[in-house]
Amino acid sequence: MSEVKKIATRESYGKALAELGRKHDDLVVLDADLAAATKTGIFKKEFPERHIDCGIAESNMMGIAAGLAATGMVPFASSFAMFAAGRAFEQVRNSIGYPHLNVKIGATHAGISVGEDGATHQCNEDIALMRTIPGMTVINPSDDVEARAAVEAAYEMEGPVYLRFGRLAVPVINDRPDYKFEIGKGVTLREGKDLTIVATGLCVSESLGAAEMLEKDGVSARVINIHTIKPLDEELILKAAQETGRIITVEEHSIIGGLGSAVCDCVSRRNPVPVYKIGMEDVFGESGPAVELIKKYGLDAEGIFKKIKKELEIC
Amino acid sequence: MKLTEQKLTELKHHANEVRKGIIRGVHAAKSGHPGGSLSATELFTYLYMQEMNVDPKNPQDPDRDRFVLSKGHTAPGYYAALAERGFFPMEDMETLRHTGSYLQGHPDRKHIPGVDMSSGSLGQGGSAAVGMALSAKLRGKSYRTYCLFGDGEIQEGQVWEAAMFAAAKKLDNLVFIVDNNGLQIDGRVADVCSPYPIDEKFASFGFHVINVADGNDFEQLAAAFEEAREIKGVPTAIIMKTVKGKGVSFMEDQVGWHGTAPNDEQFKQAMEELEKEGR
Repeated sequence: MSEVKKIATRESYGKALAELGRKHDDLVVLDADLAAATKTGIFKKEFPERHIDCGIAESNMMGIAAGLAATGMVPFASSFAMFAAGRAFEQVRNSIGYPHLNVKIGATHAGISVGEDGATHQCNEDIALMRTIPGMTVINPSDDVEARAAVEAAYEMEGPVYLRFGRLAVPVINDRPDYKFEIGKGVTLREGKDLTIVATGLCVSESLGAAEMLEKDGVSARVINIHTIKPLDEELILKAAQETGRIITVEEHSIIGGLGSAVCDCVSRRNPVPVYKIGMEDVFGESGPAVELIKKYGLDAEGIFKKIKKELEIC
Repeated sequence: MKLTEQKLTELKHHANEVRKGIIRGVHAAKSGHPGGSLSATELFTYLYMQEMNVDPKNPQDPDRDRFVLSKGHTAPGYYAALAERGFFPMEDMETLRHTGSYLQGHPDRKHIPGVDMSSGSLGQGGSAAVGMALSAKLRGKSYRTYCLFGDGEIQEGQVWEAAMFAAAKKLDNLVFIVDNNGLQIDGRVADVCSPYPIDEKFASFGFHVINVADGNDFEQLAAAFEEAREIKGVPTAIIMKTVKGKGVSFMEDQVGWHGTAPNDEQFKQAMEELEKEGR
């Protein structure tokens, strides 16, 4: 078997911005002294005049993005998820969300896969924060292909979008000719009848691995990739609830308020089935290599498999 | 250019109408912020009746001058000036803060004609104004952007993030204005958490600073904005000393009138004073 290609979605973000920049001269990129890390530096190299470094001031950057959008430009405001969604939450809420301005927030370094920098920089709360803002679209792509498509789709739509990217290189899983990205549409990557794993971001490829392990154990697991957490593909989730009777959500995010909660919000009203949320269990992360942390917190294929097995034994 | 006697008379008349609009609005709403609306009445009036290139018939003109009311709680003053300029009927001030009214408690760009930016969470408007000014620079447009802060508001750190950026990017198409009425909710700004010296702070951030001794005087405002237009290479900060509650005797320089609406009797007295002044 040939080596699986791995690319960090932050890299995809930078490249997609440069590609879009060639087509659209109203696109501007903002960063807060992290262009090398968020990969907006790729855009900067090609379009220095349209790359605005705001310095280490994320709150101000969000407001500037709002002002640019209010005057017809399409700004992509970039920083780590911790600062984009965390530090600047209220600016995003009041200066971007409430006036419903056409600002795209490119949040990189989300979740524990930040690695060695540790808990202060590992944002496991951003999906929860962003999905509470009325009118905000929240996208968490699973690989390079999806991340690039998401950036383009975000540009094409009118209104605020939160794009979540990771630092760690992750397997490319969507590299196929019929791949199509549509905001708000989940993707069934694997059929199954005993339960459905609903995953997002880097947990999608890990969930596919877990589903394979489950299969060897006689459990048929469906796998759905939810790249858009808001608006959620409720139809697909409800269909899975009805057909498989059990849902497991998997995310590199707190189990409070993220994908798991969004799925519960959906099924609890119209088709309540057991939902087991796998993610960060109300704890902060810590320092360590990303791959080790993902393993430690049970978000790798084996960890997901073990958690599901245990859950199936309990109920 | 000095204001002519006729222009000065006209502006004073407009300001008086704006003040009446403020009092009608907050009285009808039984809430709202008259003090800081009245201190900035001449400023609102000067911007919308004299300084800014705006057209009520074409409120979305991409080349119009922009204004951001960072101290968004003084929306009554802003709205009354927009009404006086013809963006919507002054009568609508009586729907201020009412359920279903487009005149929200704080500026709402989605629903209010002439409002360029939603604002009200203090400290945030300056950044949006900076974005608007930057946008003009990026696309070679000649419109100007104005932003009004409260003197208490500049305790918010984001104001200084915006100021640092504006100077670093040489946004000479941007004017920050500080309404230095000296009062905030908890008392005198000097006592609560002194922002002084305001002028030196902006100067050290790289702004061209203009001190206006009486921001309720149109001739002084005219001189300041004229000077600001001539400044190249740096943004301008106009620090204007004003009287909170200006124009209504019992509200002047009274901290209690920051966010209190007049009762029926106080409303009557205030309107009588303004009617008399307008004659």
